[in-house]
Amino acid sequence: MRAPGGVTGAPLLSLRGVRKSFGTGAALNVVLDGVDLDVEQGSCVVVVGSSGSGKSTLLRVVDLLEDVDDGQVLLDGEDVADPWVDADAVRARLAMVFQQYNLFPHLRVLDNVTLAPRVVHGRRRAEAEDAAMAVLERVGLADVARAYPDQLSGGQQQRAAIARALVNGPELLLLDEVTSALDPELVGEVLDLLLSLRADGVAGGPTTMLVATHEMGFAREVADEVVFLHAGRVHERGTPGQVLDDPQRERTRDFLRRLR
Amino acid sequence: MSSAGDEAADGWQPSERARARTAFRRAQRRRALLVAGVATALVVAAVGYVVVTAPGWERAREAFFSPERAWEVLPQVAEGLWLNLRVWAVASGVGLVVGMLIAVVRTSRLPVLFPLRLLSVAYVDVFRGVPLLLVLLLVGFGLPALRLTWLPVSAAFLGGLAIVLTYTAFLAELFRAGIESVHPSQVAAARSLGLTRGQTVRRVVLPQAVRNVAAPVASMLVSLQKDSGLISILGAVDAIRAAQIATTGDYNFTPYVVAGLLFLVISIPLTRVVDAWSARQGWRGQLRGVAGAGVVR
Repeated sequence: MRAPGGVTGAPLLSLRGVRKSFGTGAALNVVLDGVDLDVEQGSCVVVVGSSGSGKSTLLRVVDLLEDVDDGQVLLDGEDVADPWVDADAVRARLAMVFQQYNLFPHLRVLDNVTLAPRVVHGRRRAEAEDAAMAVLERVGLADVARAYPDQLSGGQQQRAAIARALVNGPELLLLDEVTSALDPELVGEVLDLLLSLRADGVAGGPTTMLVATHEMGFAREVADEVVFLHAGRVHERGTPGQVLDDPQRERTRDFLRRLR
Repeated sequence: MSSAGDEAADGWQPSERARARTAFRRAQRRRALLVAGVATALVVAAVGYVVVTAPGWERAREAFFSPERAWEVLPQVAEGLWLNLRVWAVASGVGLVVGMLIAVVRTSRLPVLFPLRLLSVAYVDVFRGVPLLLVLLLVGFGLPALRLTWLPVSAAFLGGLAIVLTYTAFLAELFRAGIESVHPSQVAAARSLGLTRGQTVRRVVLPQAVRNVAAPVASMLVSLQKDSGLISILGAVDAIRAAQIATTGDYNFTPYVVAGLLFLVISIPLTRVVDAWSARQGWRGQLRGVAGAGVVR
């Protein structure tokens, strides 16, 4: 892992003028239309906005799962959106948790967690399993490490996915509406886990997070900065208190009103 | 994705940076094409070199690739191929229909169908396990020995029957895999609308099942097309048998090569047509985004 703050002293992640569109001609859909965003080392930025506002695309762009049309994705000051950058190496430094968990159904929970440490980071099986068990312990799943994902509840599956993301000690954790697919009574266990991860970190230092969510209560508790995305642009940004309790712009107020 | 370089529909102009990235990606694609071309040329050249410099190449060329002989035997072999095509068409039709029926019976939970289910399990087990060549010999020489007057005993019929027996078993298994690949939630949705079991199978399960296994079924049919040449061992004059007859006397094996080329002329376009068809089928509506799932880019 790199030193906190990176070599340049710049934010861990900076987006500059990021544009991403799908389709061409009449079917052109500009999802991100010049997004600027900074995530400081150790901080937590929460992206909110109505569905289709580009939250997921934003996270996928950061994880290099989508190519941008234009703009910069600066990780530790290095533009990782350039196609001559080793994208696999960049992804290995990040981690993402998906809305639908995306656990590998053919692998046990433990093997889901040890896959990347063994295959990507070249750790020995025993060593990787020790580390994985420690993380599974942390997320409260040590007793189901040998189970397959479809034997777990949704909340357990999502916590397993979080363990899989955390085990490599990512520099930046991307959370893409991680509770949207969960039954309401299971949302709490996942959000509580994330709040405690935010508070304690995993391996020293708080985990830097970029979060897309519909859970305003969670956003309020976890965020250092809230960003309201609208029509592919950052429409309003500020502390949770500013954006969620005292929004300055009409669209933001509309959005928050509809959530109530 | 809109490509950088030309203006997009919303008036966006790519920056210098976006242009540089596009140029880099283009150069990478060009290099990949170049590598592919050079690699192909090298492999072809190496194979060609080994063949042409082989000590027996002169004689082999005469015995297997004589253009005059090929032209001479083309009509006979082509006529034989016509028989292959008819066997293929009939066997495919019967195999698809019967295979589908067997698959439906096997996956059905209707108590009335239990004896049929048992029968289809036994049938599939036997004919998937016995080599096609053995089935051909048993059917081709065993059935006529029964002296059933109503049973046609032409080699083409018996050969076709043997092929149908074997391939139907495989097709039934493919369709069963397809049926089992349809998610249970689809059945739940159909039943909740009041569709009967039969209606659910016909309207909801089978259309998805067929789509899921279209590619392997198509490759099974291509395989059937070439295996139709096996009826020649029963004496039916198909393309292979016609070629064999033409080789007797002068030990020139060019007719076999002609027969092989004719089979390719049929099967290669067939494969391409099927590929194009199943690609076009794709998922409609909300699941369209899933098409191409499993392809690692």
